[in-house]
Amino acid sequence: MTSLIRRLGFAFVVLSLAAVARPVWAQDTIKVAYVDPFSGPFASGGDEFLKVFGYILQKVNADGGALGKKFEIVPFDDKLQPAEALIALKNITDQNIPFVMQCTGSNVGAALVDGVSKHNARNPDNRILYLNCGALATELTNEQCDFWQFRFTGNVEMRAAARIKALPKDITKVYLLNQDYLFGQSVQHDTRKWLAKLRPDIQIVGDELMPFGKVQDFSSYVAKIKASGAQSVITGNYNRDLNLLIKAAVDDGLNVRFDTYLAHLIGGPTAIGAAGENRLSTITEFDPNVPVELKKPDAEAFSNGWRANHETDFSEIPFLTMFQMLAKAIDKAGSTDALKVALALEDMKATDMVGFPVQMRKEDHQLLMPYYAATFSRDVKYDAEKTGFGWKTDFIATTEDLTLPTSCKMKRPAS
Amino acid sequence: METVLISVLNGLVYGMLLFMLASGLTLIFSMMGVLNFAHASIYMLGAYLAFTVSEFLGFFPALIIAPILCGLIGAAIEIWGLRKVHHNGHIAELLFTFGLVFIIQRLVQMTWGMLPMAYRVPAVLDFPLFALYGVNFPAYRGFMLLVSACMLLGTWLLLKKTRIGLIIQAALTHPSMVSALGHNVPMVFTTVFAGGCLLAGLAGVIGGNYQTTEPGMADSMGPIVFVVVVFGGLGSLAGCFIASIVMGMIQTFAVVVDYSVADLLRPLGVVLSGDTLLTEVLTVPVARIGALLPFVMMVTILFFRPRGLMGTRDA
Repeated sequence: MTSLIRRLGFAFVVLSLAAVARPVWAQDTIKVAYVDPFSGPFASGGDEFLKVFGYILQKVNADGGALGKKFEIVPFDDKLQPAEALIALKNITDQNIPFVMQCTGSNVGAALVDGVSKHNARNPDNRILYLNCGALATELTNEQCDFWQFRFTGNVEMRAAARIKALPKDITKVYLLNQDYLFGQSVQHDTRKWLAKLRPDIQIVGDELMPFGKVQDFSSYVAKIKASGAQSVITGNYNRDLNLLIKAAVDDGLNVRFDTYLAHLIGGPTAIGAAGENRLSTITEFDPNVPVELKKPDAEAFSNGWRANHETDFSEIPFLTMFQMLAKAIDKAGSTDALKVALALEDMKATDMVGFPVQMRKEDHQLLMPYYAATFSRDVKYDAEKTGFGWKTDFIATTEDLTLPTSCKMKRPAS
Repeated sequence: METVLISVLNGLVYGMLLFMLASGLTLIFSMMGVLNFAHASIYMLGAYLAFTVSEFLGFFPALIIAPILCGLIGAAIEIWGLRKVHHNGHIAELLFTFGLVFIIQRLVQMTWGMLPMAYRVPAVLDFPLFALYGVNFPAYRGFMLLVSACMLLGTWLLLKKTRIGLIIQAALTHPSMVSALGHNVPMVFTTVFAGGCLLAGLAGVIGGNYQTTEPGMADSMGPIVFVVVVFGGLGSLAGCFIASIVMGMIQTFAVVVDYSVADLLRPLGVVLSGDTLLTEVLTVPVARIGALLPFVMMVTILFFRPRGLMGTRDA
């Protein structure tokens, strides 16, 4: 009951803060605009990320920020609509904010790549950098790559390579089930490609696209999977499309693995619960058990600092890497000028919180970084979302493993 | 054969859940002439309330308490909301319930947060009831069937065999006459609205842990319930029942059908090839567009029989 009251209180505080959003110390901070859904069905993601950024900035600002100034985040709601994101972009450039981040939705990401590129061509004295922290479509750093975009998260193909490398050796039959839209099709395509490349011994016994977010009853899919004789379902599904699938599978006694891409997303562990024990695996950028397994007390302490005040887990290590690299680039450039910072970011090498090397590749502005494959297990130090189950790492795909070729032919600015 | 039998059972469970939601909606519509947009929101509220109540008292008390709470909320909405806007006509009422959708959604997010709730099937019902060709049929799905069958029977008895039912039926078609005979028609309206919300709440209680309890559940259930009501015929309980079962079956069966329109044409000697738009459209397997079929059927029935399967007046 107290948590209920606390949430109500929190909601009111957030609402009243939003009403007086304009910052007081506008002159003394480096502003970073943050565009993501804060209303509508995907609001839980944006809401959570905003809190995570708040936590990360405490550290980055305590470490000195950049140019002696602190970072400040200015949120804008895009309702997961490209059109809304472009309106927000106009608003952001009107306020002369030099950086815009966006972490949900490749459709919105594609619109921002285009919008930012056009804006910078037309307004050379008020340019802006797009920091992509979660638009995953591989195309965004291949065919559609752009000088003004920097992606600080692994694209679908990197995740697919990690996914297939981490598959248990004894699996010979898999079933692919994905959502019928840009991301799901991208996962389907890259999963097939890497299965053929790395595991020719595996037979694909089913390959299906399902309507995105529309299926209410998954028991017929379960019957189909059962009939196919698959040992593992490889799926890019997330939220209800994943939770309902796994629930139905357990109810119907379907005994297969679920090798997913996004089961760790916020709310997933709570909704799936015991149904996923030892058969659900996912591909993460970080989870609280990684520093335990790798014996990195600093990283463990940082992740615990989040855990102490939240019911969710800290897994957004690339957000931290992004701000650390941005701070370094601004310091190196000596200003927040978009072009200078972009040039400073190119080919920048850094070490992430756990100690793995990462690099912002110059050719396509894709961050080369490691990924972890983990299984939902009771046998962990830190459980996920207080469910009693947590992510136990079975495989680490290193930065070198995931340095994949790019087809990007970038148009670079003249000066 | 085995897939057919399993799909029939699953389709039946899903169809009955749809019916529980749609029956309340169609009752409210036939009485007040208002399509209650907020109906699926009450369903969501039922699931959340059941989760909170079951935290303290367990699932079975929640099964009784949560629907009653939803009924009370429904009564309050009718008395202090709908009745006030009623004299401005149906459009005002429609817009009022439309606004309610957003308000309830926001309230739920503010109270319970945006993440899915850990609302689970109670342990006593969490076992396989029987196995059919190696696929389990969970006891909870059997329980859902039982609850919805009891509800169907209860509603039917109430409407057809009691005095209250008689008055409600009369007030459906001849409100002024019923009023002239000394019955409190506004009171009847409130009762029906509350009753409809109670049924939606009940659907939420048993649907919330069958699926997931999260802020998006109203959005995902809303459209399909409207389809059921329109397809079955606005205001007809029997039509609503048939439509619910049909929609439930279609959605579960569509998934297992791997054929496309092109496969149907093949025996007729039409072979499609190449990369044209037409080929793309015609070779999409039914499984991939299964969720669209109910909407296609709604459009078709509106075209040929605007009053729906068993409706008494035009939509």
